Amino acid sequence: MAALVVLLLALACTGGLYAAFAPASKAQADETAQSLAIDEGKKLFSVGCASCHGTGGQGTSDGPSLVGVGSAAVDFQVGTGRMPAQQPGAQIPRKKVIYTQAEIDQLAAYISSLGAGPSVPTKEQYGPEGADIANGGELFRTNCAQCHNFTGKGGALTHGKFAPSLEGVDPKHIYEAMQTGPQNMPAFPDTTLSDQNKKDIIAYLHAVNGDDTESPGGLELGGLGPVSEGLFAWIFGLGALIAVAVWVAARTAKAKKS
Amino acid sequence: MSTNDTTATRRGKAPAGERVADWADGRLGIYSLAKTNMRKIFPDHWSFMLGEVCLYSFIIIILTGVYLTLFFHPSMNEVEYHGSYIPLQGQMMSEAFNSTMHISFDVRGGLLIRQIHHWAALIFLAGMFVHMMRVFFTGAFRKPREVNWLFGFLLLVLGMFTGFTGYSLPDDLLSGTGVRFMEGAILSVPIVGTYLSMFLFGGEFPGGDFVARFYSIHILLLPGIMLGLLVGHLILVFYHKHTQFAGPGRTNNNVVGMPLLPVYMAKAGGFFFLVFGVIAAIAAIASINPIWTMGPYRPDMVSTGAQPDWYMGFSEGLIRVMPGWEINLWGHTLVLGVFIPLVIFPLVLVAIAVYPFVEAWVTGDRREHHILDRPRNAPTRTAFGAAWVSWYFVLMIGGGNDLWATHFHLSINSITWFVRVGFFVVPVLVFLATKRMCLGLQRRDRDKVLHGRESGIIKRLPHGEFIEVHEPLSQDALHTLTAHEQYKPLEIGPTTDDNGVERKLKGSQKLRAKLSEAYFGDESQISKPTVEEYKEITSGHGHH
Repeated sequence: MAALVVLLLALACTGGLYAAFAPASKAQADETAQSLAIDEGKKLFSVGCASCHGTGGQGTSDGPSLVGVGSAAVDFQVGTGRMPAQQPGAQIPRKKVIYTQAEIDQLAAYISSLGAGPSVPTKEQYGPEGADIANGGELFRTNCAQCHNFTGKGGALTHGKFAPSLEGVDPKHIYEAMQTGPQNMPAFPDTTLSDQNKKDIIAYLHAVNGDDTESPGGLELGGLGPVSEGLFAWIFGLGALIAVAVWVAARTAKAKKS
Repeated sequence: MSTNDTTATRRGKAPAGERVADWADGRLGIYSLAKTNMRKIFPDHWSFMLGEVCLYSFIIIILTGVYLTLFFHPSMNEVEYHGSYIPLQGQMMSEAFNSTMHISFDVRGGLLIRQIHHWAALIFLAGMFVHMMRVFFTGAFRKPREVNWLFGFLLLVLGMFTGFTGYSLPDDLLSGTGVRFMEGAILSVPIVGTYLSMFLFGGEFPGGDFVARFYSIHILLLPGIMLGLLVGHLILVFYHKHTQFAGPGRTNNNVVGMPLLPVYMAKAGGFFFLVFGVIAAIAAIASINPIWTMGPYRPDMVSTGAQPDWYMGFSEGLIRVMPGWEINLWGHTLVLGVFIPLVIFPLVLVAIAVYPFVEAWVTGDRREHHILDRPRNAPTRTAFGAAWVSWYFVLMIGGGNDLWATHFHLSINSITWFVRVGFFVVPVLVFLATKRMCLGLQRRDRDKVLHGRESGIIKRLPHGEFIEVHEPLSQDALHTLTAHEQYKPLEIGPTTDDNGVERKLKGSQKLRAKLSEAYFGDESQISKPTVEEYKEITSGHGHH
């Protein structure tokens, strides 16, 4: 009898504890939403992506495997319009985004269900609060400028590939690009560039290449350095001076004809 | 001189200006100088003012440069930045960079003066380039002006290096990359390269010396030499008198134009302010070398799109398109990929510098020339010049290959290959095309002289034929179009003498004859109309 009582007590205790600690209903709702998103994502994937990436995202000769790329990669590639790709080429360019953010999230949910990978960053991760701009500049010049130029104006890579301009790119997408290393870009996971480092770089880019960046010297001329400056000097500098010379020479004191 | 003093006392007090002039004349002899030079004549043509553009931008560079030296610290001591520019706060940098930031953000008018200095430098070099081309294509380098041609050429080369040492001073990431490249080029020189590099940088690159050294080279050594050459250049222009284009009343022995005082002085003085105004306006409108976006130089950093200023662009092209060859022997490396461009770099410049002497040798002409050629009337020279310019610009494309690639959506590799092939092919094509164009223009001139100008009036003759009425040219125009002289190709004579014995001919003689034939043979110039031809055609006999 005592044994039965102990057993009952123990059962009640465990059950009570379980009921008290397990976030059962919420977990259930989340799980349903998640699996719903995965289902929807799978449908979208089958229509828009599977022709190149394979019906299960395992990849084909036309597109890489998406197992383990994580939701961050999906959010970046689809969120910047690079995916779905229009045509094969040296590099898939940025273009008009054709999925809504909700659809992108569903696709991301499906892809991240295929295998673990970097997930979409939160606003705290890429927001400007607590960022050290100067440190970001130093990190940018050390790690990024060799392809993207001093202030992220972009640059050329081999065989028609290029490092795109970072002007007007959503901070979230910059974060995701660093995290996942899309196309020709190397990945900078947290072991290479910490969360704080990424935040600093994004803040630096916003300071030197954002919408409200001022150019104290006047026209930026594309921020491309001496080539555009040289063209400007030849065309507008020397061009104007030659025009002035022609003008002065045409207005000379003429000898009187007797 | 003393007579002036006596007249002044006799007539009472002379006007103040005259007294000052008298005072100066008594000590400097300015009256006799003025007497000989005030009526010095300069011919009028807009292209003769290109040299003035260079002179004035040089003066502007010196004036603004002096201002910059007041605030610039040529030191590589490391300091922490605490100026006005937020994105660099707390960064470690050299004093040179720090003081340039200070000039740009905290010195009154500092950024404007910096930008005027830099824009004026780009325009100075561009002006010298175009001025040199003017002199080249009009044949103004011929005797007696060969030495002045060389002076001008040296000014261009020194200007390039003054510019290079100048933009390297702020010790920013862009120019530091350029200095690093220069160090690499020096290192590629066999045997002495490493020594030279160690001497120049006072040890390993970048060391702590090069900014101070470049500073004295940039503000003292090179501008000092340039100033001397410039004065010499101007004295020779005075001494030789200015060249002029052919025209009625203009001969090889006179100069037709305006006197130095007052006309030319007024024009030149006004033109100085126009040049200053244009350069200042550009400096106020457009940013140049914004070092704050580039950050301080550190050898472990580099940016894409790292090009030198335009006048060094062709050397950048040479290095960018050169295949990365190297030879490893007995533990030593010969970096041909860098050394060959280093050797070609001066050759590109020398190719145009020695041309006057080559042409003088081919023509064998020892006379003085003060009348300019129209480019079309010297087809081989014009074609050579155009080929050289195209060569130079092909290399500039190579120097900016990455920007061509990104902005025209091309492959950087294709551009590099285009430049590699174009380096050899484009000048040849341009040479041939330019020569044909010159000959075409000569034919047109000949036609105009003999048949007159096309009036655009179509006349129908009684029997139904349509003809276009040609208007004869004025006497002046006829003179201008036929004033140039045409050389005959050099006759080398028969290869054997009267007795059938082979003549001894030096190789150089044969070469000269061949070149002369190429310059002045039937293929290379259209004989200008003679008086007889003109008379025969205009006499009205026969229908044309």
